[in-house]
Amino acid sequence: MDFIDYYKVLGVDKNAKPEDIKKAYRKAARKLHPDLNPNDKEAHKKFQQVNEANEVLSDVEKRKKYDKYGKDWQHGEAYDKARQEQSRAYAGGGGQSFSGGNEEDDFSDFFSSMFGGGGKSSSRGQSKFRGQDYNAELHLALSDILKSHQQTLTVNGKNVRITIPAGVENGQKIKLKDYGSPGVNGGPNGDLYLTFVIKDNHHFKRLGNDLYMNKDIELYDAVLGGDVTIDTLTGKLKVKIKPETQNGSKIKLKGKGVPVYKKEEEFGDLIITWNIKIPVNLTEKEIELFTQLKDLRP
Amino acid sequence: MPNENLIDAQICCTHYNIEYSFIDSLQQYGLLQISTIKEERFIPSNELQKLEKLIRLHYDMDINLEGIEAISYLLDKVENMQSEMIQMRNRLRLYEEE
Repeated sequence: MDFIDYYKVLGVDKNAKPEDIKKAYRKAARKLHPDLNPNDKEAHKKFQQVNEANEVLSDVEKRKKYDKYGKDWQHGEAYDKARQEQSRAYAGGGGQSFSGGNEEDDFSDFFSSMFGGGGKSSSRGQSKFRGQDYNAELHLALSDILKSHQQTLTVNGKNVRITIPAGVENGQKIKLKDYGSPGVNGGPNGDLYLTFVIKDNHHFKRLGNDLYMNKDIELYDAVLGGDVTIDTLTGKLKVKIKPETQNGSKIKLKGKGVPVYKKEEEFGDLIITWNIKIPVNLTEKEIELFTQLKDLRP
Repeated sequence: MPNENLIDAQICCTHYNIEYSFIDSLQQYGLLQISTIKEERFIPSNELQKLEKLIRLHYDMDINLEGIEAISYLLDKVENMQSEMIQMRNRLRLYEEE
């Protein structure tokens, strides 16, 4: 656990007056507050540090203690004694820090060790009305989104049974009402925002509802036509190769893509790009025959 | 009959310790939706999260209403751009080497 220089975090001098600290804090908050930096984890992390620094430096008692022990906060009986006595006094108490937003308002180990856990209140000394929102990611395979199905997740010790809708897009968010942090003083709970992270699988890449894949075919099938077996997401499928198929040409298999979101009966397409394999290690006979073919071409 | 999804604006002001005029201004700036029933004003419960955010911006961060209006507009743009970025990233994956 490292010492945190709260003065440095807020960018103020050690002799800074309370109004300077307040000013520095507000300035930092206007840059880093989660309300102004949606989905920016780095800004949220920095804001936590700023909030913590303000929690300590804007509270006369906490600042006094922080200044007294400073870098030697881990040593000395006097400090330990003071910590035990004061931790009770500070727990649940509050300096002046911002509330709300989506930030996780955990305090650092350094803060908890020195002040015995963090208590927050808004700058207007009011209780919070609504619990915080949580953000989480759910990683799924492409094959998991073919049909709507239910899955049980554990969020902060609570089991949540959710329906994963067929055709859900990578990066799409759903809101699970009331599964966020509990509300305060009877207020409503926050919400849980779940982001779906869907990986392309080994064979397919997805774009919207369509799937794309490359398929190797033999030169002779490309020239003369033939059949090839394709692995789709729902099973194997025999596909005809037209004679004189060109390398890199595409075919579309209608309805073999992923389901359309909220329209489970409709599907996207599977687009196959043909990749013609040129034979190698030719025998003398093959070279002879290829040469004959070459000579036949005008 | 009281609507469970509507909260009396006056109660909100007391709860959040804010002036009624602030709610008025938010409505005038088009930042908050307010319902008026028999001359009583109500805030829909689904607007509460937005209201809390606006309160934080104004009272905690000292941002005036003109600033909040500009921020709201820019945040909407950020949200749209983030969603567009997700779509572009998904599209880009098509062309990336495995």
